[in-house]
Amino acid sequence: MAMTDVAHDAVDYVRPAEIAEEALYHPKTWLGKYVFSQDAKIIALQYSMTAMAVGLIALLLSVLMRLQLGFPGVFSFITPDAYIQFVTMHGMIMVIYLLTALFLGGFGNYLIPLMVGARDMVFPYVNMVSYWVYLFAVLLLLASFFVPGGPTGSGWTLYPPQTILPGTPGADWGILLMLISLAFFVIGFTMGGLNYVVTVLQARTRGMSLMRLPLTVWGIFMATILALLAFPALLVSAVMMTLDSVLGTSFFMPAIVSMGQTLDYSGGSPVLFQHLFWFFGHPEVYIVALPAFGIVSELISVHARKNIFGYRLMVWAIVVIGGLSFVVWAHHMYVSGMNPYFGFFFATTTLIIAVPTAIKVYNWVLTLWRGNIRLTVPMLFAIAFVFTFINGGLTGIFLGNVIVDIPLSDTYFVVAHFHMVMAVSPVLAVFGAVYHWYPKITGRMLNETLGKFHFWVTFVGLYCIYYPMHYLGILGVPRRYYATGVTDFIPESAQVMNAGISIAAIIVASTQLVFLYNLAVSTTRGKPAGDNPWGATTLEWQTATTPPSHGNFGKELPLVYRWAYDYSVPGAKEDFIPQNVPASGDTGDAR
Amino acid sequence: MSLRRQLSTKPWLAQRGVVTDAGGFVGSTPKVTLGAFLCVASMVFALFIAAYFIRMTYADWRPIPVPALLWLNTVVLIGSSMALQWAAVSSRREHSDGMRLGLTLGGGCALVFLVGQWLAWRQLSGLGYFIDSNPSNAFFYTLTAVHGLHLLGGLGAWVRALVRVRQGVEIARLRMTLELCAIYWHFLLLVWLVLFGLLLVT
Repeated sequence: MAMTDVAHDAVDYVRPAEIAEEALYHPKTWLGKYVFSQDAKIIALQYSMTAMAVGLIALLLSVLMRLQLGFPGVFSFITPDAYIQFVTMHGMIMVIYLLTALFLGGFGNYLIPLMVGARDMVFPYVNMVSYWVYLFAVLLLLASFFVPGGPTGSGWTLYPPQTILPGTPGADWGILLMLISLAFFVIGFTMGGLNYVVTVLQARTRGMSLMRLPLTVWGIFMATILALLAFPALLVSAVMMTLDSVLGTSFFMPAIVSMGQTLDYSGGSPVLFQHLFWFFGHPEVYIVALPAFGIVSELISVHARKNIFGYRLMVWAIVVIGGLSFVVWAHHMYVSGMNPYFGFFFATTTLIIAVPTAIKVYNWVLTLWRGNIRLTVPMLFAIAFVFTFINGGLTGIFLGNVIVDIPLSDTYFVVAHFHMVMAVSPVLAVFGAVYHWYPKITGRMLNETLGKFHFWVTFVGLYCIYYPMHYLGILGVPRRYYATGVTDFIPESAQVMNAGISIAAIIVASTQLVFLYNLAVSTTRGKPAGDNPWGATTLEWQTATTPPSHGNFGKELPLVYRWAYDYSVPGAKEDFIPQNVPASGDTGDAR
Repeated sequence: MSLRRQLSTKPWLAQRGVVTDAGGFVGSTPKVTLGAFLCVASMVFALFIAAYFIRMTYADWRPIPVPALLWLNTVVLIGSSMALQWAAVSSRREHSDGMRLGLTLGGGCALVFLVGQWLAWRQLSGLGYFIDSNPSNAFFYTLTAVHGLHLLGGLGAWVRALVRVRQGVEIARLRMTLELCAIYWHFLLLVWLVLFGLLLVT
């Protein structure tokens, strides 16, 4: 085949939908450029900064929780009510307002158009509105700290009936603000999510077939589909719960006597809420995990200078995990009481998810195998992700089995498991991604020494926090308790361990300030990065300017001639060939 | 290339150095987007309906009587959907009178439908079937409200289309808007038929 001719033929491929640079929205004012911007890159930064700001609040709440657990009774301002409010807000903020928003709204907005070779999202205006609705949801949530009764203290799962009964902190105002905020979050996300999906489907540049997409885009794409289909469950349950609370319906509220008074509720089903909640809740795990999978695949391949091992299987695994994540939700409800056959079904599907997930882990390890590994900060975080994800995944196999789950349910074993698998792992991927793409976003490198310090303290510290929790869980230490007091089955040494965990948590939390300092200072004092400091192949590194200008690619969109992982190609002049390089004598392409 | 074939190519071997793909996907971008949104909306209704089926097995469930007015509303909504289809077809054939009439009738009927739903609420609450008196009432009010809100959103798009028609925007540029409106209306009609059927059967 005369492959060199094809570049000319490619002109025939020009699609009508392709936006010319001039046709883009061009803001005239400072406000239009940086505040009410319709440029996906600015929206990405707005999403990221808001998510990180609210994440810092959640981090602070976790430190307060650890102060109480490590040194019970020392800090008198942490009352039992306040403690459970911290637990609730920490969980909800971290899962939804930080991780989901950061991965999809932040990285999705920044990377999708650049990586698929588009000028912007397909609906820039809707994209902008999506951010402002998200911000409104965040403000509503934070407002609950200032209303009478404070934020809700129902646990992040918001299980009825206790959520809206007197006695639970924030049962009047707090829970309402939470539910309304969640509803707005879902609406805002749907606007953004439709954009991400349709941009990947419709706005890919010429030559960017589905199987040439970088795995980062695959991860974010699939996670967005999951979110679009799973968030409605959260919306539906939030609407029904709001009606139960405000109008006195009995969707979820059973006939109940509260503080000696028979309430007007009749025969509702709290378990129905649990089904709806977890129908959202379990895909949510993969909504934060799939983008992390994609990003880590990218980082490992780039920094090991090796093509990703098993690209096709990596894509299929993402799709299969996405599909399976909708049929495992009831494994969160083994102790709620269910037909044993149900338990058997959900245990089986849960364990089957281990197969595509294990494929991904093997492929990461095989990509590293005999690679030209460069232990840069992003690479360190990526490898740490693989370690941590294996750890968390293995305890998931324990908990996926009904008979093991029942004694471990509601203990610190569960806390340790889900933090390893869906808190620590995705956060490590986020850090890796920030260190990796920061040079593209700002044009400057982050300080490497500070980065390595940040990495090692965070990585080792996190293991000091969560490893001992597994042991506490096996001892039977219950989660969500303000204080365990004296019991027959928990030895006094557990308290020593709790104090140790708290000290590690405080150290890890304060180390994040070093990261923030690095982020801030490097914008002006960092080493200039150039266009492609890591020698990466994907399109975002091939832009004419760094940071990329509005419209991303200057006058013409790039043509894509190859997949995203042409690293160390035998016969090629350099150890990477960007996706927009046609076949020539230097690329070692077969002829 | 079919999706299955695309997903089974080996990108590290296949045609390296060649532009193999025109980019983009099937269909026009607005239609793909509407399709994706309808998937999300379907999910909302499907979950409500699933909750309905689970909740109705509990002992306190007393089915709500279905007001006869709902039959009339259904006919009006069918008319609304048909009128918008007519508008879309007329715009394709460049019949501007048919398009105007179809569009006006379609939105008008939708408004009548919403008023009809509100009257049905009034009738039921007049008879003492309040939202908090039984879970089946709660579902009736919630489902009709959620469906009505979707229709209201559609009417927002309808108003925009109507303004553009009044401004004399040429037909070719209105075609997509009208097609999208018609598809959305058909979807809401289908959802209403399912919901109405559910109320009648249970």
